[in-house]
Amino acid sequence: MKTEKSEKRRDTIVAIVLLMLLLIVMTIIDSVLPSYHIVIKVIKKAAVYSLVAVSMNLLNGFTGLFSLGQAGFMLLGAYAYAILSIPVDKRPGVYQYFDGGIVQFSFPEFFAGFLGDTVGTTVGILVALLIGGLLAALVAYLIGLPVLRLKSDYLAIATLGFAEILRAFFQWKNLGPLTNGSNLLKSYPDFENATSYIILIGIFIAVIVLLVNSTYGRAFKAIRDDEVAAEAMGINLAKHKRMAFVISSFFAGIGGGMLAMYMGTLQALSFKSTMTYEILLVVVIGGIGSITGSVITSFLYIASLEWLLRGLDSGKFLGISAPGIFKNGFRMAVVSVIIMVIVLFFRKGIMGDKEFSVSGIINFFKKRKLRKKTAAAGGDGGNE
Amino acid sequence: MQALIPYIINGISAGGQYALIAIGYTLVYGILRLINFAHGDVFMVAGLVMVYATTSMPLYLSIPLVLIVTVVLGFSIERVAYKPLRSAPRMSLMISAIGVSYLIQNLAFYLTGGLAQPVTKPIPWISDMITIFGASTKRVTVVTPVLTLLLVVVLVYLIKKTKIGMGMRAAAKDFETAQLMGVKINSVISFTFVVGSFLAAVGAILYFTNYPSVGITSGSLPGLRAFVAAVFGGIGSIPGAVVGAFIIGLCEELIKGLGYSTFSDAFTFALLIIVLCVKPTGIFGEKVTDKV
Repeated sequence: MKTEKSEKRRDTIVAIVLLMLLLIVMTIIDSVLPSYHIVIKVIKKAAVYSLVAVSMNLLNGFTGLFSLGQAGFMLLGAYAYAILSIPVDKRPGVYQYFDGGIVQFSFPEFFAGFLGDTVGTTVGILVALLIGGLLAALVAYLIGLPVLRLKSDYLAIATLGFAEILRAFFQWKNLGPLTNGSNLLKSYPDFENATSYIILIGIFIAVIVLLVNSTYGRAFKAIRDDEVAAEAMGINLAKHKRMAFVISSFFAGIGGGMLAMYMGTLQALSFKSTMTYEILLVVVIGGIGSITGSVITSFLYIASLEWLLRGLDSGKFLGISAPGIFKNGFRMAVVSVIIMVIVLFFRKGIMGDKEFSVSGIINFFKKRKLRKKTAAAGGDGGNE
Repeated sequence: MQALIPYIINGISAGGQYALIAIGYTLVYGILRLINFAHGDVFMVAGLVMVYATTSMPLYLSIPLVLIVTVVLGFSIERVAYKPLRSAPRMSLMISAIGVSYLIQNLAFYLTGGLAQPVTKPIPWISDMITIFGASTKRVTVVTPVLTLLLVVVLVYLIKKTKIGMGMRAAAKDFETAQLMGVKINSVISFTFVVGSFLAAVGAILYFTNYPSVGITSGSLPGLRAFVAAVFGGIGSIPGAVVGAFIIGLCEELIKGLGYSTFSDAFTFALLIIVLCVKPTGIFGEKVTDKV
């Protein structure tokens, strides 16, 4: 018992040290590389994906609610962020078909007015992101009232439907003064460096981790493992399901806002069900029910997609030049074949439902050594 | 009223096409309890093959080719992606289906170069223009509902009267007991996918005759609509799927006719959510009790 406790403390300390190191490395990377460098781009996008994947994991992996509405909630967050933070003097250009739109203020500028440029803009961005998250959470609450009564695949299809409805709604011409219809939203502020992405998303994921390890988190897992038993143990099913749904959507909304920030331009068209599928597959590869798994996979997935496998699309990969085969789209085809292999043959994903920890790795090697030893001993026994 | 007639005709035609896809969903769901997310993409592949085949070979070769390729695709999807997961939890099966859908779309993107393939040589006779009730339309609009009903009758006969149909009914009723009673479950499931893909291929030929081009995501929306139709009619029931598909096709076109095209899909999904909340078993569905 005592060793377990000390092991846990050691893990926490090591994790904090590792995170500090990561932060230092990030600041160095940021100061060395220009902001348009591919490494910075990959880190930004992967960080956003890990937040969205973890939020989906909270719902699908920890609560066992198979929801496919993630893209819809991201869309809400993204639009809220963009609408609330486009600088006022750029609005006539962005909303050129709608007389500059009806929203005529911007949070970053508003806060910059009395907090100074750097601090004010950052505060404004954060406020806009949070409002996006709250909007997504509110909509999730309303949607959850009817939808959360449904079971497994019906829930999946109903949430998918809601995401599609939201997308159609945001493209509606009559909402143009607010959402710019089916035209692009752009010119909103973005964090120049990747460190701010990492810090921000690190905080959000830490909140989710704390939640998962709390009483509520245990209730979620109980619901996932057996609804009937959980109810018999006195867990309020409706309340906890709604809570998981709302919280997950809140973080999906923030993730959507940050994705919009990363992309630089925003269009409802890009938040298709394919996006939800993509995130779901990231969660599955990382391991359903493993937060570190989702984070690791997001980085692996985005890094290989945006950076390492680029060559598969442009004719030259690992020194092999075959423009006939390595043409546009080959990268995605290869990635999806890999995904299928993992889905079929490594159903637990990278991490299963375990979390990454230093003592876990140490134990893994210890066990392996032990197994080798016993195997060797067994082999000797056979010889005698 | 006169202005709405073309929309009604189109709606009935769209309903017939959705019905052909919806049957594929409903059959598979009836047996495997799986939403086959890849079905819409199988439909899209049928459309692509049609575009390629009709431009390069005569009609009596190209149409059978479309049907065969689609059937083989549906069959192999089941064998490769669903059969290994037969004893796995349902969620894994659904994830696998989503993975297959993703894979097919990406492969299609690679093979077509990401461009929507124009339907340059639509099938003659059914793409001639005709006039009914004062509205001019392609002949396929009239052919579709007739052909759909004909195929449904054949299918119902197949399920009610033949041995493999009996196997399908048994598997839908109780998977494990059917297996114990000597139903060859694997061949029954394969047959189900073959039938579903065949109907989807017919649906694709009819559907894409009316459309200027086939893109890699052309299958996802008709697929989703057809799925909604299947749920609306009561998933697992063939007449339910057909009736649901005609209702959805008609409503969608009428909404377009009234000038709210943006909301035609939103309406479909709103209908889905209302049905799921009020009567999850649909119009014709059987009541299922949850066992602990």
